[in-house]
Order: sequence, then structure tokens, then C-alpha cells
Amino acid sequence: MAATSYCSRAVAPLAGLLLLSFGSLATSQIEEQAEQFFRSGHTNNWAVLVCTSRFWFNYRHVANTLSVYRSVKRLGIPDSHIVLMLADDMACNPRNPKPATVFSHKNMELNVYGDDVEVDYRSYEVTVENFLRVLTGRIPPSTPRSKRLLSDDRSNILIYMTGHGGNGFLKFQDSEEITNIELADAFEQMWQKRRYNELLFIIDTCQGASMYERFYSPNIMALASSQVGEDSLSHQPDPAIGVHLMDRYTFYVLEFLEEINPASQTNMNDLFQVCPKSLCVSTPGHRTDLFQRDPKNVLITDFFGSVRKVEITTETISLQTDLGILESRDKEDWMDEELIEPLKYAEQLPVAQIIHQVCFQFILFKETSFLISEK
Amino acid sequence: MGLLSDPVRRRALVRLVLRLNAPLCVLSYAAGIAWFLALAFPPLTQRTYMSENAMGSTMVEEQFAGGDRARAWARDFGAHRRKLGALPAAWLERTMRSVGLEVYTQSFSRKLPFPDETHERYMVSGTNVYGILRAPRAASTESLVLTVPCGPDSTNSQAVGLLLALAAHFRGQIYWAKDIIFLVTEHDLLGTEAWLEAYHDVNVTGMQSSPLQGRAGAIQAAVALELSSDVVTSLDVAVEGLNGQLPNLDLLNLFQTFCQKGGLLCTLQGKLQPQDWTSDGPLQGLQTLLLMVLQQASGRPHGPHGLFLRYRVEALTLRGINSFRQYKYDLVAVGKALEGMFRKLNHLLERLHQSFFFYLLPALSRFVSIGLYMPAAGFLLLVLGLKISSAPQSTCDQPPSGPSPLGLGQGWRTYDTRVRGDMQTHFFG
Repeated sequence: MAATSYCSRAVAPLAGLLLLSFGSLATSQIEEQAEQFFRSGHTNNWAVLVCTSRFWFNYRHVANTLSVYRSVKRLGIPDSHIVLMLADDMACNPRNPKPATVFSHKNMELNVYGDDVEVDYRSYEVTVENFLRVLTGRIPPSTPRSKRLLSDDRSNILIYMTGHGGNGFLKFQDSEEITNIELADAFEQMWQKRRYNELLFIIDTCQGASMYERFYSPNIMALASSQVGEDSLSHQPDPAIGVHLMDRYTFYVLEFLEEINPASQTNMNDLFQVCPKSLCVSTPGHRTDLFQRDPKNVLITDFFGSVRKVEITTETISLQTDLGILESRDKEDWMDEELIEPLKYAEQLPVAQIIHQVCFQFILFKETSFLISEK
Repeated sequence: MGLLSDPVRRRALVRLVLRLNAPLCVLSYAAGIAWFLALAFPPLTQRTYMSENAMGSTMVEEQFAGGDRARAWARDFGAHRRKLGALPAAWLERTMRSVGLEVYTQSFSRKLPFPDETHERYMVSGTNVYGILRAPRAASTESLVLTVPCGPDSTNSQAVGLLLALAAHFRGQIYWAKDIIFLVTEHDLLGTEAWLEAYHDVNVTGMQSSPLQGRAGAIQAAVALELSSDVVTSLDVAVEGLNGQLPNLDLLNLFQTFCQKGGLLCTLQGKLQPQDWTSDGPLQGLQTLLLMVLQQASGRPHGPHGLFLRYRVEALTLRGINSFRQYKYDLVAVGKALEGMFRKLNHLLERLHQSFFFYLLPALSRFVSIGLYMPAAGFLLLVLGLKISSAPQSTCDQPPSGPSPLGLGQGWRTYDTRVRGDMQTHFFG
């Protein structure tokens, strides 16, 4: 009896050890999966796509923006999460020989206007003020939801801007400009209000690199189509429509994005290689020093698509403290919470007190009236 | 102290100018003439370029193919005109309406100031016929004009045929953002002036004309066409207008780009364009320049476009010339050039204002801007200035009643003291 119990007691820890070893193997696989699961840290995706120039001969800027819109929508970001700002209407311009279309490739291969384009800010609503209000969230309460950037601290935002620009500024609508300092300050406001997790900023204008020189908020990655002193060139004119259809940089980015699907594992380093100087004539640039992750670990779909992280597993994952990444995440959350505290909005209207006073008066009144009526 | 504010130095300078007056005059005159002649040569000429961004670098493929229809209509028009002896307004109205334009007519009459042998005063009356092609998807706020002036004989019937064929082609397109007015005028410039006056609701020449029934919006640009036959060997362009006014250089640049694109032979002042400047180019450039100056100086409008310029409508006249040259272009080539020009003008958002309004042309692809040819006039005016400066020499004995123009010579000193006195009262008074 004692021997069997002794044996069983000996077997149990052995079995336990075996199970533990198996379990540890299994858990390491699960840990890997879990690590992948939490790799990016974002839960939703937003896109703000801005075309800042009007007039028929700036057809290519609208086509640029619409082609990025098309890619972003195809990879999963819904219209409710895209703020599309087009400064002019090319599809219904009286000069368009093919009405209701905006082509990106000549010989009308690809119509980026399509059937379900939802333009949020159109024509004269595309101003510097509206753009900054969208980014920072300081919007009048009457603004409809489709015109708001309702991002939170777990949102990855893609911001794409195109138009005519210069050294340190981008021209809006032929009448005003936004400078790189204003843009950097807007992004800092977004950071302080925790309106983004990570931000990808792409700009396709002349001297585009000057626009990202002044960024100073964390978690921003920036790409531009040309360096300071260089002009971004347009791609190809269409002999039937009579305008240049696309800019070179965005044309090659569009071709690159057409090969991406929601499951692809292509990372940002490939996006940096798009459009070398031989194709683009200008030198595209990028900036990653403010970004915390390594670009080779950042998937294209982290910004351009809305990939829901769903992992189905039958094993249990123990979210213990020995999972290094979870620990650091916890620490970050704790630090964020600490930071968030002082940023709470002050009570504008002490509603509780007012209600209390009113109620108290009401109760008094009621009592007196009761007393009176009783008598 | 500066050269002119220091009285001692000023007096020295004045004495120098007076002593060397005659040589300085001659020198200045010679410099003016030399500068003017040098305008035709490379350092002072520049290559023309398109300044307007809206009429940018992209070209469209022209689709015009109505050569046969143009010739048929031209034949009909010529026949009707010969039969009627005047502009066949009814036929034109019918044809334009069949093409799909909104047609209106305008009658005008004018008593010419110079009597001729048979009559005391000569009364001219005629009819203008114009059709408006409305922009299909735009508000009719702006318009372009294609005009064909018809004289007393039927020399311009090919142009009328081409105008009708172009109207038929344009009517089938949907990309027009401006209205296009196709205007056929009688009695050449008289009809054009009557139409323009009625269109802009003014009366500067005392023409009696019926008011216009149909209107299209502010005219952005106009092209006048004169074709002598149905094949042309070259297209001559005329830019000088009434009182020497010129259209915006961008319109000429536009014409020149389509000349190059279509491989057409285009001439200016009837002179061929030098392909390079090393051969007898420079001298030909000088000749072209002088011809242009003479034509501007005459003040005559050298075509209907000259009358448009008064209303700040940029306009050109294109003349098709049929000479004894081997390679001939037919109406389709001319029609394609016009189609291209109108499509580019369609892209305009504002009036043409980016390029030069005052220029001289040694060649179609070279121009001299006003900043470079003004110094020549300046040197010539300096001669007058120098002459005026030496005038008070004769009156230096009497004190001048008022301040003399430049106040040099004896009168200078009194002017000087008077000015100083005035300044003193101003500053300390």
C-alpha cells in the first residue's frame, strides 16, 4: 500500500514534469502567437486623405488621393473611419470628357472614382482650419460623424497629403498655406490628447521632405516624395483627357499597394524602396527616428488596412508576468494612466451641485406646500 | 552727400552737360537707334514660353475629320453668295440651326464719312449671323469666339465652310466649359465692329445696329479666320490691332505650339521662320521686327482681331495662304489646329494675363519684352531732355517769372535760393 502510494506520488511529479515540459513547449508557441498578437498595439485604423489643390489642371492631385482612398478601402478601412478631403470636383468638372470618372492610368485602365466614393470635406470646405480641426478634434458639436476623426489612443492613423508645396509649406486651395511647424504642433496636440497610437504621414508634393522635418511627437513615421530643393514630377498625360493623370510617387505607391492584400506580411522597408530615383526622378525620403518600433516589424496593413486581430486557438494562454512583452505593456499602461490624470477636463458646469440645490429647494417647497395644503 | 544734392557737384555736372550738349544728343540718338536695331539679335531676344499654367504642357489628340463637309458647305456658301450678291443670311441661319447651334442675326448700317463719286454719302448696311454653342455642363459665364469676316466678294467662303464643320464637330463634344460663338460678319471689319459694340452695349463709332437677341457671357479669347482656298501652304498670323494694341503673348504661344505639333508652316508678317539663328536669320528677324513696328505705328487693325482688342478680348487673325509651294495642307489640318487651340482655351479659368501685353516679335518663337525695348525709346527721349535743358540759356539775363523746367543755367541759381528759402520756411516755420 505504502509502496503504491509512494509510486503514485513519485509518478505524479514525473507526470507533472512531463506535462510541464510539454506545456512549456506548447506555451512557448502560444507565447509566440501572443507576442505577435500584441506586436503593434493598435486596435483600430483611421485614414485622413487630403487633396489640397483645385482647378482642372490639378487633376492629378485628386487622382492621387482617390487612388490611396481606393487602396485603403480595399484593405479594409471602412468609410466611417476615413476622412476624405478633396478640394475640387474633377469627376463632374465641365471640362472632363469622361464625366463621373477620375482615371489614374492612361487609356482609362483604372477608374479610381468608382461607385462608392464618400467625400467628407469637399470643395471650399478643405481649408487649413478644417484640416487642423479634424486632426485635433476641436470641432463644433454640430459636425456630423463622417467629418470627425474619432480616434483614440489605440488608433493607427494614416495621413496622406498631396498638392502643391514648397520648402516648409503646403498650399491649400490657391489661397492659404499650412507650414510644417503648424503640422508638427497639430500632431503634438494629437499626442497629448492621446488621439493616436502610431501615425504614418505620407506627402506627395514638391519639396515634400520639408514638411516632416519639424515633427517632434513620438510614434510618427513619415514618407515624402521628394527632398528639399527637388520637384515631384507628374507621371503621364492622357491624350484624350488632356491632363496629367497621376504624380509619379503616388503612381508607384499605388502599384505597390495593389499587390497587398489584408493577409500580406510586407513591411515598411518595402514601402521605403518604392519609386527609386530612376523611376521617380526625385528622391523619396522617409523619417523613422520618432517611431518606436523597427520599420521592418511594421506591416503595411498596420496603417493601410484594417486588419482585425483574431487568433483562434484551443489552448489556454497564461497571461503571466513572465511574458516579457505583457509586462512592458502593463508598465506603459500604468505610465499612461499616470500621465492621463492631469489632463482631465475641468468640470465646466457643477451639475451635481446644481441638481442638489434645486432638489433641496424643491423638496422644501414641496414640504411647505404639503404643510399648507394639509392645513 | 549725393551727387545731385551737393550744390557744388550739381553745378559742375550741369556745366558739363551744357558744354557737351550737342555731342551728348548725338550720342544718345545713336545709342537709341543702335539699341533698337540690336533688338532683333540673340542677347535681347528671348524664346517664347507658355506662361499660363492652365494651358499647360499636355496635348490632346485632335479628332476633327470634317474636311469634306467643310468643302461642301463652302461650295454652297459661295454659290448662294454669288446669287444673292450679299451675305446669304437665311442659308447661314438654316445651316447653323441644322448643326445644332442657337442662331441669331443682327443688322447694322453705317454712313461712311467719305463720299464717293456716285453718292453724296455712302450708306453701308449688312447682316451678321452668329450661332452660339452652349457649354453642356457649365453656366454660360464665359465664351470663346471663332469669327469669319466676309467681304464684298466670296473670297472667304472656305473659311465659312470650315467654321460650319468645326461647329458641327464641337457640338458633339461634352467637354466645353465655355460657350463658343461662331460669328460670320458682313463687310469685314464694319460688321465685326457692329457686333462687338452691340455685344458690349456701347456705341463708340456711331454705328446703327439692332440689339443682339442672344448673348453668351464674357469673351475670353477670339480667333478670326481668313482662308483664300481649300488648300493652304502656310498660315500667317496677324497680331497688331487698332492703335497698335497687341493681344496677350500667350495666345501667340498657343498658336505656335499647335503649328509645331501639326507640322504646319506658320509665318509672321509673311516671313518664314528661321530654324536656326546662324544663317541669315538675324537679318530676317530684324526685318520682321521693323515690319511689326511699322504695322503697329499705322494704327490700323490688321484684321477683325484688332477690333476685339479694344474690349480687352485677346484675339488673333489667321490667314491661310496658298502659294506655289509643294507641300499643301488641307482644311482638316487647319481644323485640327483650331480644335487644339479651342480645347486649350477651354481650360482657362481667368482671362489671359500671365504673359506680356507689350512685346515685339522678331520671329514666331522669339520675342522682345517691353523692358528690353523701352531703353531705346528712353535714349531718344533723352535727346529731348538734353535739348530742353539747354533752352534757358537765352533767357538767363532776366530773372525768370516762375521756376524754369529744369532750372539750369542762370535761372538755376535763383531757383536754388528760392527752393532753399522754401525749405527753410517749411522746416523751421
